Amino acid sequence: MTSLRRLWRSGEPFVWLTGAALAVALIMVAGLVLLIVVNGAGFFWPKRIVRVTLDDGQRLTGQVTQREAIPAAPGRYRIKLRVANRDLYGADFVWVDEARILGREYPAGAALIERVEWGPLIGTVEEIREDGQVIARGEQAWPALRARLREARRLRREIRRVEKGDLGAINSAQEQVRLRLKGLELRGVTSGDAVDRLRREIPTLQDRYALHEGRVAELRAQQRSSVVVAADGGKQKELPLAQVVDAYRPNAMGPVAKSLAYAGNVWEFVADDPRESNTEGGVFPAIFGTVMMVLIMSVVVTPLGVLAAFYLREYAGQGPFVSAVRIAVNNLAGVPSIVFGVFGVGFFIYVVGGTLDRLFYPEALPTPTFGTGGILWASLTLALLTVPVVIVATEEGLAAVPRGTREASLALGATKLETTLRVVLPAVMPSILTGLILAMARAAGEVAPLMITGVVKLAPALPIDSAWPFLHLDRKFMHLGFHIYDVGFQSPNVDAARPMVFATTLLLLLIVMLLNLAAMTLRNRLRRRYATGAI
Amino acid sequence: MAVANVRISVPSREAAGPPISEAPMVEIEHLSLWYGSKLALKDITMSVPKHRVTAFIGPSGCGKTTLLRCLNRMNDLVDGVRIAGTIRIGGTDVSDPALEVTELRKRVGMVFQKSNPFPKSIFENVAYGPRILGVRSRSDLDATVERSLRAAALWEEVADRLDDSALGLSGGQQQRLCIARAIAVEPDVLLMDEPCSALDPIATGRIEELMLELKASYTIVIVTHNMQQAARVSDYTGFMLLGELVEFGLTRELFTNPRDPRTEAYITGRFG
Repeated sequence: MTSLRRLWRSGEPFVWLTGAALAVALIMVAGLVLLIVVNGAGFFWPKRIVRVTLDDGQRLTGQVTQREAIPAAPGRYRIKLRVANRDLYGADFVWVDEARILGREYPAGAALIERVEWGPLIGTVEEIREDGQVIARGEQAWPALRARLREARRLRREIRRVEKGDLGAINSAQEQVRLRLKGLELRGVTSGDAVDRLRREIPTLQDRYALHEGRVAELRAQQRSSVVVAADGGKQKELPLAQVVDAYRPNAMGPVAKSLAYAGNVWEFVADDPRESNTEGGVFPAIFGTVMMVLIMSVVVTPLGVLAAFYLREYAGQGPFVSAVRIAVNNLAGVPSIVFGVFGVGFFIYVVGGTLDRLFYPEALPTPTFGTGGILWASLTLALLTVPVVIVATEEGLAAVPRGTREASLALGATKLETTLRVVLPAVMPSILTGLILAMARAAGEVAPLMITGVVKLAPALPIDSAWPFLHLDRKFMHLGFHIYDVGFQSPNVDAARPMVFATTLLLLLIVMLLNLAAMTLRNRLRRRYATGAI
Repeated sequence: MAVANVRISVPSREAAGPPISEAPMVEIEHLSLWYGSKLALKDITMSVPKHRVTAFIGPSGCGKTTLLRCLNRMNDLVDGVRIAGTIRIGGTDVSDPALEVTELRKRVGMVFQKSNPFPKSIFENVAYGPRILGVRSRSDLDATVERSLRAAALWEEVADRLDDSALGLSGGQQQRLCIARAIAVEPDVLLMDEPCSALDPIATGRIEELMLELKASYTIVIVTHNMQQAARVSDYTGFMLLGELVEFGLTRELFTNPRDPRTEAYITGRFG
């Protein structure tokens, strides 16, 4: 009894308890990150292709993606084989009972071909054809494919550049002309110089359109090669090279080649547009949308929050009313985000956006310009959501600026405004950045309010492009958080999409980390410069 | 804050010592101050001579800091303060509502009990006052900063690290930096509110030496707890008790031959 008592009085059990709590928290976070990193980063590694022979003589070629115990059959396992070739077999994945496998081999010639449509193709490259004529066959087929792939990619990029860039610009110019004519019509102008000039622009634009269209047709005519792939079950597939994104033979690759392919895959994921309803290709538009939305939000929320905090702490008379306001602001940070989303729709989109449309874009009505979800409204909604965080952090920083510092400035003949701007503001800069870091972290991860204020599954264009006025704040955009939800839970091909979910999650984590790191570096630099004790 | 130029009905205690023959810099007449309803300064009349060090001593809460802060109207910042009486600095009525308080504070510098450098570089700390006054030229600022730091006996120690943070200096250096900052705008009067109370004896000694040098150019008013310090540095001393100026006169006379029994009791250590 006394020894137990002594143990309790020594405080030792409490130390262990606190340590254990911290350990549990750390293990949970580390486990989460590890799970995402392993699943997300492994996705891009070129897995070797196995050919299994089953007891009934059937052969299956594919990549092992999973191995698990068969339910209700102890000691037996099954593997999940990604056989791909959706257009040939109907399904990408096959479960195989390990007990039925007679042999496994890893043929060096097995190739994985990433296509623009229908997911990857797994098989052996047999022939390369040009205009239906066989150019290379058997052993020569693979080098010929690699050689032609580069040219095929260049052509595809060129076609896309013309289609999206040049044709897109002409399209938007035509739309501008149409809208301006409509605008003149609304004002009762149906003839005269202005109308004629606009009308004259139309044929010019149409000519330019036809010119670019001709160029596209010309480029397409150059895409004459195709590849013939033999797949299991004696099936054959002839695939135009125009459809091939990449091709590699993982079983014949050394570690260096695999690493290069890995880097290439990661780059494709980060820098390309999505394909196949987001289950293939890259997530570049989502990265762009996420970062841009966070930046617009930061630009709005920082001045707003900082000014509000300055008023609360520096100018408002401290009394019960200000205390109530402060409590209300703090509680605002706890309001469910979807509530802010509803407010964003009800106020920003319908009221503000609708008014803007009536005043400045009447010619486009009934098609809304700002009266529908867009990156501006989503950013403003998130700014509203995160403004309490900035206010609280700034206020704490202001409270930590010593009274003596302000008095020193006032005693030198500075006015209150000069004191605030020259002494107090620099001193609270680190606190403001702390608030901004928290706000950005919250905004980058928020999905619910975005779903109703402007995020879409697939945006046709980025919010910044080469068409005037370059920054299109009215456009809908893609977002990594929503992308995860969409790919993981709304996708028609869940098995194929699952690795994408982890990879996108990992990317979102990295982006949030990068944004935070940038702000933290800035804050530390400021702190070192002033070496203050303020938060 | 309402500053009224009203005579008040507290019994007048005419001059707690013989009239001072030197030219006055600060003249205080019938000054009373209330914090809310509490009377903190009772009908103080005195004058501070030019280019001398004048010390206020007295026990805690006697009102010496409040009196000091009346001279540059820092009490304006406190809610519920009311003042009656007149203060003239260099002939200008300080409590005149038409007087810009920022103008006054440019003429009356202040050094605080706790050193309070700005979280900026050493250079920017000293250049702060001149910048507020509108000095833009870099060469003027450089000259002012060097002159002020030399006058505050800090130049030798910081000349090669003017761009470092002022908060990296030692306590004594920070206080001398605050003095340099205050004299960078060349005020007429320098107020010092227990400038050495947070410093060790060596740093204190340096500040005291500095005061003796600075009095050639500035009129210094210092509040101190430390009677030895008052005796060492000041030419004139006022003893305050419970908001009253009990005795005011030449330091030498006040310490060797106090006229009021309360002063004698305090300086001989019987209370306080």
